[in-house]
Amino acid sequence: MTLRAAAVTLALALLAAPAAAAQPPTLAGIEDQVMCTVCGVPLSMAREAPAAKRERALIQQLINEGRSEAEIKAELVATYGDGVLIEPRGKGFDLTAWLVPIILTLAGAAALAGLLISWRRRGETAPSAASTAGTLSEADARLVDEALRDSD
Amino acid sequence: MRRLLLPAIAVIIAGGFAALIAFGVSQTGEDRSIDQAVAAEGRPLAPKADVKLPTLDGKGAVSLESLRGRTVVLNIWASWCPPCREEAPELAALQRRIEPLGATVLGVTWNDTIPDARKFIADAKLDYLQARDVGGSFAKAYGTKGLPETFIIDPAGKITALRRGAVDAAFLDAALVPLLGRKAASK
Repeated sequence: MTLRAAAVTLALALLAAPAAAAQPPTLAGIEDQVMCTVCGVPLSMAREAPAAKRERALIQQLINEGRSEAEIKAELVATYGDGVLIEPRGKGFDLTAWLVPIILTLAGAAALAGLLISWRRRGETAPSAASTAGTLSEADARLVDEALRDSD
Repeated sequence: MRRLLLPAIAVIIAGGFAALIAFGVSQTGEDRSIDQAVAAEGRPLAPKADVKLPTLDGKGAVSLESLRGRTVVLNIWASWCPPCREEAPELAALQRRIEPLGATVLGVTWNDTIPDARKFIADAKLDYLQARDVGGSFAKAYGTKGLPETFIIDPAGKITALRRGAVDAAFLDAALVPLLGRKAASK
């Protein structure tokens, strides 16, 4: 019974996923992905600026016309330029927004690997505790023996 | 040599970041070089004169270079800007006065939608060239931060006067009479 219920839940979840992806775009959803180009902040944060109100009205109008999210974004780019999209495009100077984190991650990983290799080599060449034990002088060995005897 | 490799990479990465930050700051800073040059009677060349701006009627493009030889009143505006609405009758009247003198007003919309801008033009009965600055790079070259802004450009393509804010008859007369003569005056 439990197995059957789990299978039904899984089937419903699989059916619901494409349905959610096919949801029509909402004003709130688009607002989070675009800028108010005059105010220099995301549209969702620009409530009162006249330019933001007009941009919001345009988005709502396009939603009402049944346009998809991609079509709405394309229309916004045609009206306001590339700068209207919060997510930078993969070309020109915008490319740095994608490349810098990748370069930093790779540089960090390389630096970490370098440090680990360096530590390991240092560990191999440094005299170990076992190897230094044999260098105890006779006088010191005698003192150790005496101390052990006294402790008994 | 190998000991220097890691610090060298760190220095290169830090330098790259510094360059990126410097570039970002230079892009967001306020540019008032045109204002300073005009105040010093320097007559700077109008920037981005070769840029072809799509016309609002969708029938072509216009550039300041294509208007070389004529006095141009470049007006940057948007339909959502109340002062732009206030100055519109002044610009409409100006066009009627200066067109016979070989001059023209050139309207350039900034961060505006095409339908809104067209409605504004129809409502205000504006009868002069109108173009769109898609992306804002044209207006940025003029240091535009607010609207409206107006630049008087002489036939040689040099800026002789500017107004950041709504224009009035006094400003237009003072800027245009020396270029076009008494016929350009409002009274």
